[in-house]
Amino acid sequence: MSLSRGGPFGSFESLESWGEKLTLLRCIGYSLPVFTASWRRVIVTAAFLAAVVAVAVLNRRAPASLTGARETIRLTEVAHQSGIDFVHQPATLDPKLAHITPHVAALGACVSVSDVNNDNWPDLYFTSSRFGAANALYLNQRDGTFRDVAAEAGVAALNLPGEGVSMGAVWGDYDNDGFEDLFVYKWGYPQLLHNLGNGRFADVTAQSGLRRWMNSNGAVWFDFDRDGLLDLYITGYFRSDIDFWHLRTTRIMQESWEFASNGGKNLLFKNLGNGRFADVTDSMGVGSTRWTLAAAAADFNDDGWPDLYLANDYGPEELFLNREGKRFELARAGLEDDSKSGMAVALGDVYNRGRHDVFVTNISERGFLFQGNNLRINFLKELGRFNEIATGAVADAGWAWGAQFGDLNNDGWLDLVVVNGFISADSGRDYWYAMSKVAGAQGRIFEDAKNWPAIGTASLSGYERSRVLLNRGREGLGGGFVDVAEEAGVTDRLDGRGVALADLFNVGTLDVVIANEKGKALLYRNGAHPGHWVEFKLIGTRSNRSAIGAEVTVAFGGIPQRQVVDGGVGFCSQNDRRLHFGLGDERPGRVTIRWPSGTAQVLEGLAPDRLYEITEPRK
Amino acid sequence: MKWSDPKYLIVFLITLVLVAGEARYDILGGYDRLATTLGICIGTEVVLSWWLRGRVANIASAYITGISLALLTKPQANILWPFALGSFLAIGSKYVLTYRGRHLWNPSNFAIALLVLVASDSVAILSHQWGNDLRINLIIWAFGLAVAWRARVLHVTLTYVACFVLLAVVRNAIVGGPLLAELAPITGPMYQLFVFFMVTDPRTTVGTRRGRMLVVAIVALVETIIRLGGDFQVALLRPFYPSPPILALAIVGPIAMWWDLYRQGRKAP
Repeated sequence: MSLSRGGPFGSFESLESWGEKLTLLRCIGYSLPVFTASWRRVIVTAAFLAAVVAVAVLNRRAPASLTGARETIRLTEVAHQSGIDFVHQPATLDPKLAHITPHVAALGACVSVSDVNNDNWPDLYFTSSRFGAANALYLNQRDGTFRDVAAEAGVAALNLPGEGVSMGAVWGDYDNDGFEDLFVYKWGYPQLLHNLGNGRFADVTAQSGLRRWMNSNGAVWFDFDRDGLLDLYITGYFRSDIDFWHLRTTRIMQESWEFASNGGKNLLFKNLGNGRFADVTDSMGVGSTRWTLAAAAADFNDDGWPDLYLANDYGPEELFLNREGKRFELARAGLEDDSKSGMAVALGDVYNRGRHDVFVTNISERGFLFQGNNLRINFLKELGRFNEIATGAVADAGWAWGAQFGDLNNDGWLDLVVVNGFISADSGRDYWYAMSKVAGAQGRIFEDAKNWPAIGTASLSGYERSRVLLNRGREGLGGGFVDVAEEAGVTDRLDGRGVALADLFNVGTLDVVIANEKGKALLYRNGAHPGHWVEFKLIGTRSNRSAIGAEVTVAFGGIPQRQVVDGGVGFCSQNDRRLHFGLGDERPGRVTIRWPSGTAQVLEGLAPDRLYEITEPRK
Repeated sequence: MKWSDPKYLIVFLITLVLVAGEARYDILGGYDRLATTLGICIGTEVVLSWWLRGRVANIASAYITGISLALLTKPQANILWPFALGSFLAIGSKYVLTYRGRHLWNPSNFAIALLVLVASDSVAILSHQWGNDLRINLIIWAFGLAVAWRARVLHVTLTYVACFVLLAVVRNAIVGGPLLAELAPITGPMYQLFVFFMVTDPRTTVGTRRGRMLVVAIVALVETIIRLGGDFQVALLRPFYPSPPILALAIVGPIAMWWDLYRQGRKAP
């Protein structure tokens, strides 16, 4: 029987509704296998129940709960044995914020790495955030131990009433005298401390032009105009008119959880070369007020100029592309609509493609919120955008803060360390529900701190375990990463903030240093691994002497891996500026160095398992 | 159902919410999510209505459910199965969880409640807050109230809002703290979807006007119990904390519906 021939219903095509068409089909004998009404109901009910079971099963297989299939990282916590007994002290704030002080003041534990005394052994600087509490500068004693010399160096007593409290620090040789200088960003007046080269530092903030009250939680050194002098980008978090110890208003919080722009203004200071810095924020177009928590600088689009990538709390990430040092342009790179709670920016060539990919930490909490971390693969050259691919353990690391890429097992692939946990207090009380009351409300309500429910002794995403995500290369799911933290020996449940990587003991493996909020600092010493490695210490001549912004690409086994010397990366942290490349079974092939000045340098025939000190060619 | 049916006003309103929210705040988090929920909701409705009832149902209800699920379901990054299974379960509940030929749960309410209870490791609810922007929310409230009035369910919406406010004051008296913190939730977008699309669903509310008002008052009361459980950290209620109104309706709604149908059945000759 032809469907178009019609009959009592007319032609099939003439029927207006699918109901009529189906009725016609049934009338002419087109029907599914015959089931009685009861059987149909049984079948549908069975399918329904199967779907319920599927929900439960798939939930149990939530990718974040997977752990490593094969473990090849071995870390041992040795902070105390190494002489590091630093404990971060949180800030105390104006009593008007007493009901939510643990929430507002849950920042400030920072770690940054630098070779302060040029002995080729990395040293560590930790910040504390309570008035009277001392920051610590641990000098590497070259025997597996460290000694705190902050007081005698003049970099300990920075947390003072009227001056503010430390939130983090970055190292950079701003005057190219061969010694790494220290910039401490604060809730209060930041401080620039000039390394005198004799074990002491001089506070040169006032004469540098940097003494400006900010509530900052991040800064990066970078040479945006490639003039050979390190410039400084300081991020603002809370507005700069807020003095946390003398509040004039409690209307200090974000106006939105997703698109807030009432945060502190980020500032860009150009290094004038005479010990002074000039505020060029507005002329360069980088004065974001999106509650920036972290920034990182690198040449993301391969035009030879360092760009700025910002992780913003309560807003989308921002990429400012550097237009030949004359101005920055906010790029549309697939970031503008994806609003989360950016905490850290980590840079790494995730799949050895010779690109800077980006990892930004965010918040995930069972039942309440799955923002998910972002792993953005750089396709700026091909597509003009990043592609976000985070799944599973990469996406969900709890309330994640600091993160860093580094090849922890020297297999040639960059692994990822993520520290997390916001407030670990009374484990029997949870602030998530109380916070959720205002989180979904109108901005005018929660912008005023006095409308927030009291946190009391409750925890908020507390006691979370740090993540060590092993990069399995291009194989596997979840972006190729699998969580091996517990097998690797990383079992702490402190509230991690800053994390930095460095080959602290000059043995060819990256160690992990974690600064914990209200907690002790941790040093995870890395065990031996069979893979080859190569490291580079770069010294700029035409470029800034710290070589911050220098990009090194090492080819091995037919694939390139690219890294950049950072002037601050992650969240309130800075890695050793010596670059470490794991090589697996390979030897280093062609090594290309692109110096900030634009000079390109090629090295070949290097032996593996060595540290190379490379000085920039003068010409 | 005729085109003048008030249900199409609901269709219009939820489409407005979707378009405005996506244009301004990218609330969907990916069009694949919307395609999944709409496709599966409508497909399931067509297939099940034809196979079980011999005629294809109007798809307006499935359309509303599909959009509601796309807006409310916020899973772990880049997973689609909650949208797919949630959509199937939402529509499937209309054909499986029935009493005297009527389904007991609002479909999207059932699916969301099930997902947040059974799959809390993978699914949360409405992490996007539409910018916490007062203007956008006022527009949606204005349209919503107008549509509720036209659809003759305004009494349901207003009863719930009044009860929420009253009980917020009561909660505040019990737990202390800022009163605005207790009132704050109802100013958010989750409640817009709730008061305009869930509690007002004519297919899953009781027959009488007074009964409907009583039911939403009980929903608000159960919600308050859940909220107090959150304030006092009652562990048993923890799975309910993240979305008190949704789960309160999922508890109260079907009981009320069942009771109403039961009473109607007894009265019938």
